[in-house]
This record gives sequence, C-alpha cells and structure tokens, in this order.
Amino acid sequence: MAAKKLNIKDKYRLLTRDLDWDFSYEDRKQAFPYEEFEGIKITDWNKWEDPFRLTMDSYWKYQAEKEKKLYAILDAFSQNNGHLNVVDPRYVNAVKIFLTGVSPLEYQAYQGFAHVGRQFGGVGARVACQMQSLDELRHVQTQIHAMSHYNKFFDGFQEFSHMHDRVWYLSVPRSFFCDARSAGPFEFMIAIGFSFEYVLTNLLFVPFMSGAAYNGDMATVTFGFSAQSDEARHMTLGLEVIKFLLEQHEDNVPIVQKWIDKWFWRGTRLLTIVAMMMDYMLPNKVMSWKEAWEVYFEEAGGALFKDLARYGIRMPKYAETIEKEKEHISHQAWWTFYTHGHAAGFHTWIPSDEELDWLSAQYPDTFDKYYRPLWDMAKEMEAKGERFYTSGLPQLCQTCQIPMLFTEMDNPNQNSMRDTVYQGERYHFCSDGCCDIFNDEPEKFVQAWLPVHQIFQGNCGGPDVGDILKDYYKMNIGHDNMDIKGSPDEARWNKWKGIA
Amino acid sequence: MPVYALNPGYQGERMDRVENFHGNQVVYLGWDEHRMFCAAKAFPLPPSMPFAVLIENIMPEAFGQHPEFSQINWDTVEWLLDGEPFKPLADVSLADQEVGHKSLIRFKTPELKGYQGAGV
Amino acid sequence: MSKVYIALQDNDESRYIVEAIEESNPDATVIHQPAMIRIERENKLVIERSVVEEKMGREWDVQELHINLITLGGNVDEDDDQFVLEWKQ
Repeated sequence: MAAKKLNIKDKYRLLTRDLDWDFSYEDRKQAFPYEEFEGIKITDWNKWEDPFRLTMDSYWKYQAEKEKKLYAILDAFSQNNGHLNVVDPRYVNAVKIFLTGVSPLEYQAYQGFAHVGRQFGGVGARVACQMQSLDELRHVQTQIHAMSHYNKFFDGFQEFSHMHDRVWYLSVPRSFFCDARSAGPFEFMIAIGFSFEYVLTNLLFVPFMSGAAYNGDMATVTFGFSAQSDEARHMTLGLEVIKFLLEQHEDNVPIVQKWIDKWFWRGTRLLTIVAMMMDYMLPNKVMSWKEAWEVYFEEAGGALFKDLARYGIRMPKYAETIEKEKEHISHQAWWTFYTHGHAAGFHTWIPSDEELDWLSAQYPDTFDKYYRPLWDMAKEMEAKGERFYTSGLPQLCQTCQIPMLFTEMDNPNQNSMRDTVYQGERYHFCSDGCCDIFNDEPEKFVQAWLPVHQIFQGNCGGPDVGDILKDYYKMNIGHDNMDIKGSPDEARWNKWKGIA
Repeated sequence: MPVYALNPGYQGERMDRVENFHGNQVVYLGWDEHRMFCAAKAFPLPPSMPFAVLIENIMPEAFGQHPEFSQINWDTVEWLLDGEPFKPLADVSLADQEVGHKSLIRFKTPELKGYQGAGV
Repeated sequence: MSKVYIALQDNDESRYIVEAIEESNPDATVIHQPAMIRIERENKLVIERSVVEEKMGREWDVQELHINLITLGGNVDEDDDQFVLEWKQ
C-alpha cells in the first residue's frame, strides 16, 4: 500500500520549520550578525509563512520541468536559425542591452539572495531566499545560453560580463545592485524582493517579453517567461516579507517606508532603459511604455499600496513626479543613446516615419511638442552627412549614475539638476529623489564609481575616448557601436535576406 | 546618520576628491533649454584657467555642434554658478571667482529658443 | 476595490486552466496578449483543483501552476485544493 500523501501544509512544516535548530552553546547573535543593525525588530520568526508552501522536493521537480521545456525550445531555435526570424535586425540591439545590462543583475541577485538566505534568523525566510538564489542563478545561465546563439551572428555580445563592470551606462544597473547588496539583509529584501520584484520586473519581463514574441524572438520570450514564472514566487516572497516586517513591530513601519521611497525611486530611474527599449527598440509595438507603466505600476502598484495602507504604509514618495515622467523618459533616454551612439555597445538609429507617428499617437501631450523636433534635427543633420554624435562627456547623477538627462516636469525643456554639499565637496543629482537618497547616507554614496570621473582620473586608459572604448571596455570599434546604417550587422542581415 | 553600517564609525572612500584629478578640477557646463545636448557636460580644467579661455576654448568644444552656437552673445548671457546668479570676470581664473571642484556653470540665452523654437 | 490578476503562458495546458478560471470566476476578464493570457478580476480570483482536473481530464497538482505562470498581483493563499489571489483592503 502506498504511503499516505502528506498535505501541502504538513509537508511545508516538516520540510522547513522542522529543519531548524536552537542554539544551545553558541550565541545566536553571533550566528546571525546582520540581523539588528538596520533597526528592524523581529519578535517571532515563526510568524513567517510562505503562501506557496513550496518545499525543496517540489521546487526541484518543477524547476527541472521548466528547464526541460526551455532547453528544448532553445535547441530548436538554434537548430533552425531562429535569429533569421526576428522582424528586423534593429531589434537585436535590445537583446544586447539585455545581456550586458540585465543578465549580470541576475547574477548579483543570486549572490544577494544567497547572502540573506544565510543571514536571516528565521528558517522559513532562509529557505525561500535560498530557492530564490537558485532561481537567479538559473536565470543568468539560461539567458547567457539563449543569447549565445545571437553572439554567433551579431556584434556586441562578446564581452558582456567585462562590459557590465566597466561601460559608462552599465554602471547604472551595476551600481543599483551594489547599493542593495551592500545594505543590510532587510533593506536588500525591500529593495530587490519587494520594490524591484513585485512591481518593476513585471515591466521588463511581461510587456517587453510579450514584445519579444511579437518581434519573432523565440529565444528571448522563452527564457523571459521561464524566468518570470519564478518571478511570481519572488513577488509573493517580496510581499510576504514586507507584511511580516510590518506586523512584527510598529517601529519597523517608518524604516520600511523609507526603503520603499528609496527603492521605488531608484527602480523607476533604472527602468528608464526598459522604457526606451519598449518605445524605440521593438519594431513591432505591443504597447507603449506609458501604457505598460499604467497597467503594471499605477494599477497593480496602486492596488498593492491600498492593501498595505492598513499597516500605515503610503505610496512611494515622488509618485506624482513618476506619474508625469512616464510621458517623457523613453524619449529622453533614446535621444541620449542616439547622440552617444559612438560610445554605446549597440547600434542606434532615427525612428522611421511610421514609428514617429506611432509615438505621436501614444504620447499626444508630449511627443510632437518636445521630442519630434529632436528627430527633425537629427534627420536634417544626417541628410547633410553629419550624423549627430555629441562631443564630450555628460554630467552624471551621484546616486543613479545616469547622465543628468531628465527634465523638470513643470518645464520639460529644462534639465532637472539638484546638488548638495557634504563635508566640503559638492555632489550633483538628477532629481529630488536621488538627492534625498544621498542625504540619508552620504558616506555610502561618496564612494560612487562614476565612469566620467574615473575617465578623468586616468583609471580607464585613454587618453582618447576611442582608446577607452577599445582597450578598457573591449568594444569592437566600428562593429559594436555607431548607427545601424552602414553597420556590419546590417550588411550581414541584408546578405542573409538577399536585400541589395 | 551618515550611513547605516554593521560597524560603528564606518566611513566611505571619497572617490572624486580634487586631488585625484592630477591638478585639474571638474567643471560642468550646461546650456539651459537646449536639449540637443541631453545633459550638462563635464570637463577636467585647470583651476587657473581664466574664464575668457573657458568661453573661447571649452564652450565651442561643448556646444559648438548646435546651429545657434555662433549666434550666442557672450556679453548678454545670463549665468548661474551652482544655482546662484553669477557675473563671470573674463580675465579672472576659475578658482578665484568661486568656480570650485565639481561646480556647475549654467547659462541662459533667452533670445535663442533652440531648433524650431522648441528648446532643442 | 482593486483588481487581482494572473498571467499564464499561452499554451495547451494554460488553455484548460483559463477555462477552469472562467468557470470558477464567471465575471473574470480574460485578455489575450502576444504569447500570454492575462486574467483579472475585482478583489479575488480562485483556481480550483477539481475544476482544472475536470477540464484536463487528469489529476492536477495546484503547484503545477508554477510551470506556466508568468506573473500575478494580490495576496496568495495556496493549499491542496485551491489557489487564491486576494486583496485585503
């Protein structure tokens, strides 16, 4: 007779709580040295509950099934020259940003969750974080594997890991995770587990991946949705952690609120690049960034914050600014990359007339007034044989490290600039949000590795920008960078497709 | 609290001290309401550089690609230094008129409205 | 009141799960997007194992949902018989 099957609640109890032990001869505080310095008060770790009640045996079973499905598709993609099915070679440049900018974050997330999965005093939280750590490792591996196929046929993929640590615009995602990982374990969970996973990764993995499907990229949509299936569990962990902290002690509420304010702001800044990928780099459009933002941030995030109101948690600070910026940031970011196309590891271009009209229709209040004139100017210059690449290096924000490209929402023609003086040195910010974050922890952010300043200090080789790109960033000049018009990528594509 | 750290008294390394720039200081230059340039630009400049040299040599490098650049009347330009109104003296060095390390110099040209008059 | 939502990969298994969701939550909204299906409902959404099993014609473990899940919004509560998404406002 077969053994009676345990129900899910009993199984969860046996395979998590029952694996823990008490400390009889060691000091518990020394075993979990990170647990108190952030000021978070935990009275009873046993109140922790994983609503999915996923245990390690089921975890392996379902993850193995996901992997089998994923690799079957990746094999088919590769064996059938799947790269030829993307609608337009311009699209592949979004995949280059993904590999250099996002996949290494999965690795950082793996490291971060492995750390907190050791440091939390509660076994339920430790098990959930260890599973998430394994998920993140799976994500980076599957992403590298999926995109290795593109590396055989397109430029710009070959040095993604090296580039992530060095290239000027990749310091934005890199420093975002460095900030989270060097914080305490509870802030890390609010930063990545809650703010990033619950609301923000949706914008990357759902509408953008749906867009990948719509643009013929079977490899990306497959790893994207496979990763996102773990993400649903991560989101739930993020929500459980925040409810747990708020229920444990009322003194936790203001600390958690401060972290929410910080990490939603940092997250929206980071997602600027995703906004640009959606509006400018998907030749077949699924939805505009603005619409995706409304669905996943305003609607889904709004529901979430209504749910958290019972604990005394309010919407993130500067939510009004964020709401206005959805009309602007994708355009500002693409213009920045277009004008710095000589120093980017992917190709840029002027949107087609149909795309410009689509943008006008999606952004009726802002596009024609503020952004179409930029493209009129770029076209005029290109027609004269003077494709615009801006000279010099931009001023960067000390906190988010993005060039100071954002504008004032009450005057979108003017760049938004803030500064503060700390111990006799001046620091600059793109926004009040980034300035507040610095002011709360200046000793952390004075350490920012700002690529432009590092170049001036002589730490990135040089002296010319070309030398830095070639030797320090390992970009293949004339192949990886510049406009897509006249690029080797374009020439190869035309040859494959028989386009004269 | 200047930082939330495991160990009390934690101090971060200042990455951008003026001593790290080999005798130069960083100066940022921004042309207000001219979005052709996505952001203000950064330059490592000797603190002894007279302001006239900044206008003659650095400004064209920073903003010379703009079709309106040649029409700028530098005598009537409105300046801001680190957010405060500023009247630069042509023959005086940057350091001697409070343009410090990581100072931001912004200028306005109210008569030049940008490409298509659109702040570009 | 706010909407809870769930998104599933558009495939053969999900089609049965979506049918079951529609039967268990008659006023849920089903939105088809490229490669995915998004289902939303005011306040609460339930997936019942028994209904999914009836549609699939085989035994179905609620945790199998993970394989085709893309994203969700709402507080989760899962046991052997059902999966519930709910806002507690």
